[in-house]
Amino acid sequence: MENTPIKYTFKDFQSDQEVRWCPGCDDYVILRSIQKALPETGVKKEDVVFISGIGCSSRFPYYMDTYGMHSIHGRAAAIATGTKLANPNLSVWVASGDGDSMAIGGNHFIHVLRRNVDINYVLFNNEIYGLTKGQFSPTSLLGQKTKTSPYGNTQPPFNPGELAIGARARFFARLGGNVPKDMTQVFIEAEKFKGTSLVEILQNCVIFNDGCYTKYTDKAVKDEMQIHLEHGKPMIFGKEKNKGLILKGLKLEVVNIGENGITESDILVHDAKEPDMTLHSMLVRMEYPLATGVIRSVEEPSFGERERELVNRVTDSSRFKTVDDLFFSGETYEVK
Amino acid sequence: MITDSKSNTTPKANEVVQNVVIRFVGDSGDGMQLTGTQFSDTSAMFGNDIATFPNYPSEIRAPQGSLYGVSGFQVQIGSLDITTPGDSVDLLVAMNPAGLKTNLSALKPGQMLIVDTDSFTKKNLEKAHYDTNPLEDGSLDNYKVIEVAMTTHTKEALKEMGLDNKSVIRSKNMFALGMVYFIYDRSMDHTIEFFQKKFKKKPTIVEANTKVLKAGYFFAETMEIISTTYHVGPATMDKGVYRMINGNTATAWGLLAASQNSGFELFLGSYPITPATDILHELSKHRYFGIKTFQAEDEIAGITSSIGASFAGDLAITTTSGPGLALKGEAIGLAMMIELPLVIVNVQRGGPSTGLPTKTEQSDLLQAMYGRNGESPIIVIAASTPSNSFDFAYEACKLALEHMTPVILLTDGYIANGSAPWKIKKASDMPPITNRLVKEGENHVPYKRDEKSLARNWAIPGTPNLEHRVGGLEKDKTTGNVSQEPLNHQYQTEIRAEKVRRVQDYIPEIKSEFQEEGDLLVVGWGGTYGGLSAAVNQMNIEGYKVGHLHFNYINPLPKNTLEVLKKFKKVIVCELNAGQMVKVLQNNYPEITYSQYNKAQGLPFTTTELIDKFKQVL
Repeated sequence: MENTPIKYTFKDFQSDQEVRWCPGCDDYVILRSIQKALPETGVKKEDVVFISGIGCSSRFPYYMDTYGMHSIHGRAAAIATGTKLANPNLSVWVASGDGDSMAIGGNHFIHVLRRNVDINYVLFNNEIYGLTKGQFSPTSLLGQKTKTSPYGNTQPPFNPGELAIGARARFFARLGGNVPKDMTQVFIEAEKFKGTSLVEILQNCVIFNDGCYTKYTDKAVKDEMQIHLEHGKPMIFGKEKNKGLILKGLKLEVVNIGENGITESDILVHDAKEPDMTLHSMLVRMEYPLATGVIRSVEEPSFGERERELVNRVTDSSRFKTVDDLFFSGETYEVK
Repeated sequence: MITDSKSNTTPKANEVVQNVVIRFVGDSGDGMQLTGTQFSDTSAMFGNDIATFPNYPSEIRAPQGSLYGVSGFQVQIGSLDITTPGDSVDLLVAMNPAGLKTNLSALKPGQMLIVDTDSFTKKNLEKAHYDTNPLEDGSLDNYKVIEVAMTTHTKEALKEMGLDNKSVIRSKNMFALGMVYFIYDRSMDHTIEFFQKKFKKKPTIVEANTKVLKAGYFFAETMEIISTTYHVGPATMDKGVYRMINGNTATAWGLLAASQNSGFELFLGSYPITPATDILHELSKHRYFGIKTFQAEDEIAGITSSIGASFAGDLAITTTSGPGLALKGEAIGLAMMIELPLVIVNVQRGGPSTGLPTKTEQSDLLQAMYGRNGESPIIVIAASTPSNSFDFAYEACKLALEHMTPVILLTDGYIANGSAPWKIKKASDMPPITNRLVKEGENHVPYKRDEKSLARNWAIPGTPNLEHRVGGLEKDKTTGNVSQEPLNHQYQTEIRAEKVRRVQDYIPEIKSEFQEEGDLLVVGWGGTYGGLSAAVNQMNIEGYKVGHLHFNYINPLPKNTLEVLKKFKKVIVCELNAGQMVKVLQNNYPEITYSQYNKAQGLPFTTTELIDKFKQVL
């Protein structure tokens, strides 16, 4: 018999542990947004698993009243892969930072995306190592001064979206760290997506990299500097909704609607479901405006689905029902 | 029938022998492994006891004719108990000069050497660094050399089949096998059936191999120089159904049996590494049991995916070899800290670093014991024969599940690749496996422990109302919340160690073989069982009072270890490393004086060297 689904509230997902991030950290916003998103997904609380590596963001599982594992540096994606393969009914989430995901855990990061394991991957990108107190990360900017680059960073950064799409990510979303409502919506969408859903949050670190995203996320400039993409809608942005994106040659170009004969019909329409990654890849690389929202969402069988299809196929055709059948098969002989 | 032509030849003498050691050597592309395996399987089916030793280079196809490209397969068959593939050989089959050069020293003086004379060309002799042709310069005078133009004969046998030259030459190993079958009075039927099954859809290959095999057999039968054939009668073995099995397959099957008996689905997260990969190969073939084999992106993902699967309630395994175990160290620490069941199979190979990938060694013991940061004791056990790899793989799963801890199972390249008869076990022959699962409605705190074993309870995701967090940070002994409290850390450190120590109460006591007390106790562990047993047996035949104590359980050691050690006047610890188990024993039982015999050549012990050493010590 089917039980009536329990209607959860965000409080059901709050653990009894005191949250210990720095005051003003965007991590609080992310935590609350996920706690608000989960009741909307229809997932049972006991089926939710949060797995993290090491770093500020990786304390995340302790604050969720779900199953959770705070593991070792960089390995959350691989652990989550095993958890999801072991029990496909679980809603498996990874909470991981830019160092955890793209430095020490870079290999697992690209491979979880390549395989399309059906998990939700929240990437807390603050372009700095926070927990170790301020060293440059794989997303820190060239020239950035940190404790390990006092004269300026000489290592060019990854663009996480570019890296992810290069690794064949089927779902990629990007959001600022100060937009809780958008986050909740995107997390709901991520959970519903069958495959690896990567959500990059531009998360401000108030202590070691404060203001690193201000030029995009500050309320005063946000509408001019970000384009919030929605599937099926024209790529229009600006306070006055008067700017848009067109494709000129092999480049995206910002145009003003109503100028030089440009009308709304000339503006590109966002197709997140387009399997070809060319345009999505251009969008994630764009520096002005910064693309946010769900940039790519292409359904394809998840790794687990492919695996289960394989097992079903070979199980049907197998002549061995128990291990004894196998042990006694083939070349055996009897000593009398 | 294969014996048709017998009437046409002069009858040969048939001598009954108790055991015989044969070694096939040739280029890595000459099919020596197949030849050796066929001879072994045929003899096993006949009822001989058997031990095999495949010895091959780490290159897949080393340059033809080179010394380092020689691939060999040694097998001992006997009508008595066979525990090793033998020290020196009674018959050497050398398919080329390089094989002869690198293996001749193993041939007993006066014994038979079969060579393919066609391969003794100027070029091949040069490649093998021979200044003169050993077939002509008298250097083989001490042996019974049987010169056969095998390539020519093979070509002759196949001339009407219209095969390309490469395929023809490739089947010359069957000519050699046919000859050996005749000399050792073995039927060709098994090998012919093997080809019929394996190449069901390629009748030409079946026909070619069968033709060459028979050609070799009849050639040996007709050849005057082979005046005697040898017969090794069936061995006295327990009644039952047997099969030949190597250690890697036995390990894989032990895991399968544990999964079936425990009711937990099997998850194997692994990364290819010699000589452990065959376990991943084997389990990948049996996906229809619902098992999950996951070839990960690296060694670390191999083990961490397994930790994730264990967290979700699977019986989780990872397989590796030395360098991989080093990479997994941090993750083993995590599994130990969060107290999840996990089996790490380490098929040891020659180290350090990349070392000798295809050769055997026992040099990962201390890594298994101590190779992690912090105080992180876990269970370490070792299989000691190809066939008991089944039992210890099963035992590793049982201990992991019942004691909620990672378990390292050590095997090595020698028993992993070596084959021996296995009296087949059914899953129901194995002891039951219990678990520490907490069900819905029961009380759960992560570190609630069984009073006796100290194993913690296990609540798996999907169980309502038991949501909890685990992690690598130190946790409060009851609530499981993060805690840096000094006395709590002290307590947790001690209880984690005590939990592993108490496994002593659940494992069998140890017993010395051959003698319960005496002048010398030969101590070994893991894959050297066969070698040490053969040597100690010989010592006892010669009248010495020598016992053999062999460890399968290393951490913790069996409870009565000291008692047994004390019953002998002298103790010698023999290991294929620079002395690792001896350190563990010294640490636990400092009151005993230990002699050592250590070997690090990538090869197993020989009976002769052991006996020499034992006599020295006595």
